[in-house]
Amino acid sequence: MAGEERDIKVHIDNVKKTYMGRTGEVVALNGVNLDIANNEFVTVVGPSGCGKSTLLNIIAGLLEPSSGTVTCNGKVVTGTGPDRGVVFQQYALFPWLTVKKNVMFGLNMKGINGEEAEAIAMKYIKMVDLEKFVNHYPKELSGGMKQRVAIARAYAANPEVLLMDEPFGALDAQTRTQLQQELLDTWEKEMKTCFFITHDVDEALILGQRVVIMSARPGRIKDIIDVDIPYPRDQETKMSPRFLELKNLIWSQVYQEYLEVRK
Amino acid sequence: MGEKSSARKGGKQGGKMMSRVWLLISLAVAIGLWTLLSVLPQTARSFPNIIVTLGQIPVVIERGILWKDLSSSLISVGAGYALGFIIALPVAILMAWYKPVRNIIEPWIQFIRNIPPLAYVPLIVIAAGVGRRPQIIVITIATFLIMCITMYQGIINIDETLIKAARVLGARDKDIFIRVLAPASLPFVLTAIRLGASVALTTLIAAESTGAFAGLGMRIRSFNNNFETAPMLLYIIIIGVIGITVEKIIKLLERKLTGWQEKREI
Ligand SMILES: Nc1ncnc2c1ncn2[C@@H]1O[C@H](COP(=O)(O)OP(=O)(O)OP(=O)(O)O)[C@@H](O)[C@H]1O
Ligand SMILES: [Mg+2]
Repeated sequence: MAGEERDIKVHIDNVKKTYMGRTGEVVALNGVNLDIANNEFVTVVGPSGCGKSTLLNIIAGLLEPSSGTVTCNGKVVTGTGPDRGVVFQQYALFPWLTVKKNVMFGLNMKGINGEEAEAIAMKYIKMVDLEKFVNHYPKELSGGMKQRVAIARAYAANPEVLLMDEPFGALDAQTRTQLQQELLDTWEKEMKTCFFITHDVDEALILGQRVVIMSARPGRIKDIIDVDIPYPRDQETKMSPRFLELKNLIWSQVYQEYLEVRK
Repeated sequence: MGEKSSARKGGKQGGKMMSRVWLLISLAVAIGLWTLLSVLPQTARSFPNIIVTLGQIPVVIERGILWKDLSSSLISVGAGYALGFIIALPVAILMAWYKPVRNIIEPWIQFIRNIPPLAYVPLIVIAAGVGRRPQIIVITIATFLIMCITMYQGIINIDETLIKAARVLGARDKDIFIRVLAPASLPFVLTAIRLGASVALTTLIAAESTGAFAGLGMRIRSFNNNFETAPMLLYIIIIGVIGITVEKIIKLLERKLTGWQEKREI
């Protein structure tokens, strides 16, 4: 991969974001630059409050940067768009809709209705293994199942870029591992550009081709680690020497930032 | 009967049966206490026993007052309550959406809500005269306050990530209103409707103290003036029966329409 020739999907150019907080201005992002290649899986780690969610919301078009631009497919992002999908930590399923109708929501918004929408929805519901629950309401599902629905919903809308904000953060370790594996399988089957935020260094390494490390407030990119571990990856990968080596490297950097926050 | 049904279903049916049994026991104990009150010398005068009280049903029908009172009260309550809702819904939406509207109106509502309606009835009579009009106004005010505040608090607490999720899935403002905000507010609207119904009935007495010519509340006062405790007690029970019936119907509606809800509040 010659650096120059990478097919850039998302281009983040000197993005700054300042919030007007109650106690004055809060600089959440202070000049973030990042290029994400087409079909690349990028994971992001960094201390709490360093601006990870802010960056994701700006890429999604849910927030406007104070300065700088985000470009997706060569077009400057000015709002949400069908080329970008989001999976939130709090699942954000519509509780009044069944699993199937939740997954169909994005399709309906695109004007795809009826049997066509149902067929697409069913495909993704099968992908996350929830055929038995198509007519259930979210309250009848476990946390892991809810997040599967959210992933199916994002996939069904067929975005080119999938933005995920600690999607597995609220799940227990076992479910989390299982969903990581499923996400990897899906990504290998149906390539998408993924931007995945996590607190968990293991998770960042098992999923990502590159791990972006962000520094404490005001958020900037501190380092980017290339994860030169081939796919398919599985739980055994977590025991490999290279994995442990990279884990140590990232940990020490994140820990430094953590100490920074404590100061 | 259901010996072959699964344990879970059986348990559910058993639960339903048990709650029926408890309801009967509760009723029996209440009647027992009532009978006790009707015997004790201190309370016997205000609590005629159940036979005497229910025996008043044919009497009040014969006197031609029961239907007149019932229909008069139901018209006032129904009209005031409907008006209260029709005003409360848009005001609640405006309060949730526009901060200035909220900042101005919310303190008013909180202030007036804590005043018993009976206290401001005279003002309304002075302004609106006697008859049906002040009754409807009093009930409209009382139901508006409770329904508006309930719906507003519901709408303002709608999970913002649901709106974000809809937006990234391509929803526009209109879609967000119809497909997210409306269904997300429905539980609060129904709760408001239930609380409003209860307030409408509890305000009835105050509303009919405005010089009404008929009505359950007005009649209770007039029975009181004539020391007719048996029909008075009957009327009080009738108000209670109406209240619980309306509440049960609305609860049923809530279960049907918002069964998808994660947790149920009051
Ligand atoms: N709406 C807002 N108003 C004011 N300040 C905000 C707002 N949203 C976020 N911030 C501040 O901006 C900074 C970055 O927030 P952000 O949510 O992006 O962090 P994060 O890296 O996602 O944190 P976490 O890992 O805890 O999710 C924080 O200091 C936060 O307090
Ligand atoms: Mg965050």
